[in-house]
Amino acid sequence: MTSRLYAITLNTFREAVRDRVLYNLILFVLVLVGCAPLFGQISIGLERLILINVGLSSISFFGVIIAIFVGIGLVAKEIDKKTLYTILSRPVRRWEFIVGKYFGLMMTLVVNTILMTVGFYIALLVTAHGLKRTDANLLAAIYFIILQFVMIVALTLLFSSFSTPIFSAIFAFALFVIGTFAEDLKNFAAISEGMVKWLAMGTAYIVPNFASLNVISMAAHDGAITTGLIFSNTLYALLYSAAVTAGAVLIFERRNLK
Amino acid sequence: MHAIEIKELTKAYAVGFWKKQLRPALQGLSLTVERGETFGFLGPNGAGKTTTLKILMGIMNPSSGSATILGKDFQDQEIKAKIGFLPEQPYFYDYLSAPELLDYYAQLSGMSAGDRAKRVGPTLEQVGLGSVGNKHLRKFSKGMLQRVGIAQAIIHDPEVVFLDEPMSGLDPLGRREVRELIQGLKDQGKTIFFSTHILTDAEALCDRVAVIHKGELRGIGAVDDLRSRIAENSEVIWEGANALSAVNGFLIESHVTGATVRGVVRNADLDGLLEKLRQQRAHLVSVTPLQGTLEDYFLATTTEKEAIIP
Repeated sequence: MTSRLYAITLNTFREAVRDRVLYNLILFVLVLVGCAPLFGQISIGLERLILINVGLSSISFFGVIIAIFVGIGLVAKEIDKKTLYTILSRPVRRWEFIVGKYFGLMMTLVVNTILMTVGFYIALLVTAHGLKRTDANLLAAIYFIILQFVMIVALTLLFSSFSTPIFSAIFAFALFVIGTFAEDLKNFAAISEGMVKWLAMGTAYIVPNFASLNVISMAAHDGAITTGLIFSNTLYALLYSAAVTAGAVLIFERRNLK
Repeated sequence: MHAIEIKELTKAYAVGFWKKQLRPALQGLSLTVERGETFGFLGPNGAGKTTTLKILMGIMNPSSGSATILGKDFQDQEIKAKIGFLPEQPYFYDYLSAPELLDYYAQLSGMSAGDRAKRVGPTLEQVGLGSVGNKHLRKFSKGMLQRVGIAQAIIHDPEVVFLDEPMSGLDPLGRREVRELIQGLKDQGKTIFFSTHILTDAEALCDRVAVIHKGELRGIGAVDDLRSRIAENSEVIWEGANALSAVNGFLIESHVTGATVRGVVRNADLDGLLEKLRQQRAHLVSVTPLQGTLEDYFLATTTEKEAIIP
């Protein structure tokens, strides 16, 4: 089982790399370099703030785009091109295929994020002429971005297991946007009444809560990210993605491939 | 123990907007394939060949019925390590090289790293791709891809190989190469189950064939046996050219060489011809039934339901 999972994971990662997915790193560098002219116009304290906001937001943005647009094709492409037929005719269980694909895309995103993080810290070092002790908090913010990917990849895989790539992209992107406002939905539920209250509350708990994973602003202002928050967010992201991936497996297990 | 045994396999697709209508794709298909046999699964497009293969490969679930491969249920994971499959007009990951692709499939089949390293090179040699190096598959011709497809089907040295239209879309040279590869597998004693609608390939390679049409089995047997089932004419050779004018009415064609006459007669007219020759005191040399072709049998079994040959 481990060997088959590893093989599918590695092949998914290799596909992403050879399909030049990591070329987004060039765009990332261009975004960071593009900020430089701005820095000449503003004060030294703001420079760092803008760089952190732009850098971390870009890491999140590029990752989400990769997660959605590579994720929607993970299953659909294998069915469309019939490569799945040669895989399922081997002693590979369908859940192994789904989980292997999940890990493969996560591996791509983690490697991508690590490379971006290195670039981001170099830019920070150059711009701010040194690193501060509180800059370590930025790593926690980046870790939370990875937790976002953990959930988005699971969601795109779920949609990809039964829908067409276009609809999968629409569903996944819509959920990402709604999930970003999950906390607002909860606040709205708190001031609402009756059916609306329950609907808003239900939606707020069902959609992935990306709001609690977005600590970019807090990190930029040197706010401390507690161990408790790291623990609870990790647990939440892992449980949420495990449940969604289990749903993807259940759907895919029953699917007749034509 | 049969290599493959299919019993009353049925598949119906739900069609229509509400998916409430059922369109049958397979209707109670039953057949057996023996070990070491090369078995041709013939039928026109849409007959149910690919559906059968997809069910056996676990890609699709049957509506009812059962099947065993090497004595075990076809959905048994253990059995999948002993079978190889080439889908129709396959696409493979074109960002991989041929050795990488084979290594990947070998790993999925449960082979150890050591075994994989030993098998990849010789398997590529076996399919005539020993010198492709690390060129990516996107640079391969269609014929080369088909050979890669066969290589991935046999990389783990399976006992039973399933090939879906292996010659489809290939030029005559490519078809010949694939035919030679299948012949090579046959010589190794593998059980080969291949679907095709190219009858000359089936005739050249298969020990037995089955003809399927509209999801129903229309006939099964050895190629010679099937051909003889639709033999309509016989060849009669006799000595005594002067008898020809008396029997000419029975003959479809005739050739005279000296005193020897070779005539072709419908089987229905054979008794009448022989009686006439006896009356003419001609010396009968031989009577030989003329076999039909596999194509004749195929057309007879797939054109009209009423024409089903047992």
